[in-house]
Amino acid sequence: MSEKIDARGLSCPQPVIMTNKKMKEIGRGAFEVLVDTETAKENITRLAQQSGWQLDVNEESGNIRLVLKKA
Amino acid sequence: MRKTVRFFGSRWGIISAGLFVGIFAPLLQHWGNPKNMGICVACMERDIAGALGLHRAALVQYIRPEIIGFVLGALIAAALFKEFKPRGGSSPIIRFFLGFFAMIGALVFLGCPWRALLRLSGGDWNAIVGLAGLAFGIWIGILFLKSGYTLGRSTKASGFSGLVFPIVMVVLLLLLLFAPQFGRTPEGMPTGPVFFSQKGPGSQHAPLVVSLIIALCVGFLAQRTRLCTMGAIRDVILIRNTHLLSGILGIVIAAFIMNLILGQFKPGFSDQPIAHANHLWNFLGMVLSGLAFALAGGCPGRQLFLSGEGDGDAAIFATGMIVGAGFAHNFSMASSPAGPGAYGPASVIIGLIFCLAVGYTMKEKIA
Repeated sequence: MSEKIDARGLSCPQPVIMTNKKMKEIGRGAFEVLVDTETAKENITRLAQQSGWQLDVNEESGNIRLVLKKA
Repeated sequence: MRKTVRFFGSRWGIISAGLFVGIFAPLLQHWGNPKNMGICVACMERDIAGALGLHRAALVQYIRPEIIGFVLGALIAAALFKEFKPRGGSSPIIRFFLGFFAMIGALVFLGCPWRALLRLSGGDWNAIVGLAGLAFGIWIGILFLKSGYTLGRSTKASGFSGLVFPIVMVVLLLLLLFAPQFGRTPEGMPTGPVFFSQKGPGSQHAPLVVSLIIALCVGFLAQRTRLCTMGAIRDVILIRNTHLLSGILGIVIAAFIMNLILGQFKPGFSDQPIAHANHLWNFLGMVLSGLAFALAGGCPGRQLFLSGEGDGDAAIFATGMIVGAGFAHNFSMASSPAGPGAYGPASVIIGLIFCLAVGYTMKEKIA
């Protein structure tokens, strides 16, 4: 994974803004976002669905790892 | 359980939460709450501030069980779905004053975003001006967010710190039930420290148990669905997403129909209940609130639901709102049906300067 965003502890909507910015910056490819609230996960999931990015979610010890991919 | 989680996260989930608020807020009015104020987070926190003697505006003093229910309902939902996460430490003093000034703006307009929606669905067209101001304030907040504004990260906190605000709500409930009167007037009559209005909006309320149960349900549903008026407008402007907006539309449509059924729909600009028709300050009051909500990450309702999840930063914002309500009335900043208070306009300008200073200066590298 080339790019990582750590959005843990940031209040809504900063995780979404950071993810959106990265999507626009790289256009396609893959990157990872780390969040720690369900709300941030849901918001990024909606953003991914809306902008055609594939999403994998892994939850581990209170952190949620979101991997976003676009071919 | 997973199915339930998925439902609440779906568009139908948030619409259901909106419909619930839209149906029960006009009913709470029907059952006794003030007009177009079945639910209003700002007004109800203002009434609580008055009941605790933080201001002495005799018409608006009551410990509103709705606020208590919102926090405790959210706490129950968060605990059940394993989302109770005590956290805090993200610029608390800034959040306190964002809450403070959000309340000043809301009391110049006379309502929080939810009451703006309820006023609209009751036919009070001044709400359109307020909602336009709210959207404009949120838009300014988004400009700051896009240019790197942040209040910094929150960090995990101990379990007890997440329970402090809910415990405060339980104490408020006890004060509501027992209403101690151990103070004495110069004439020796019992008074305070808990004050309840004898007339005016503060004296109007639905039965306690009814209010509390409805509010617990609203808190539960809103925690699960993340219902937030500020977030709804923000997401439409920022990422063209209408998910949260569908909940807000649910509130307006359901409340409009309920108001028609209950005979509470009175269209017009003038003579609206607990409202004034000064367009400039209705607009600018809500610009201030909208900007403060956007900079703090949620409307007043959402801040209460986050407080129930253990978010200490949201609890500080809510506390700032309650203290702000005390100042708003003590310093003649709050409006009345006659129009803005003597120092309302000046306080809105000071609040806007504060928020702009926060927006411009709170930028840190969050690598």
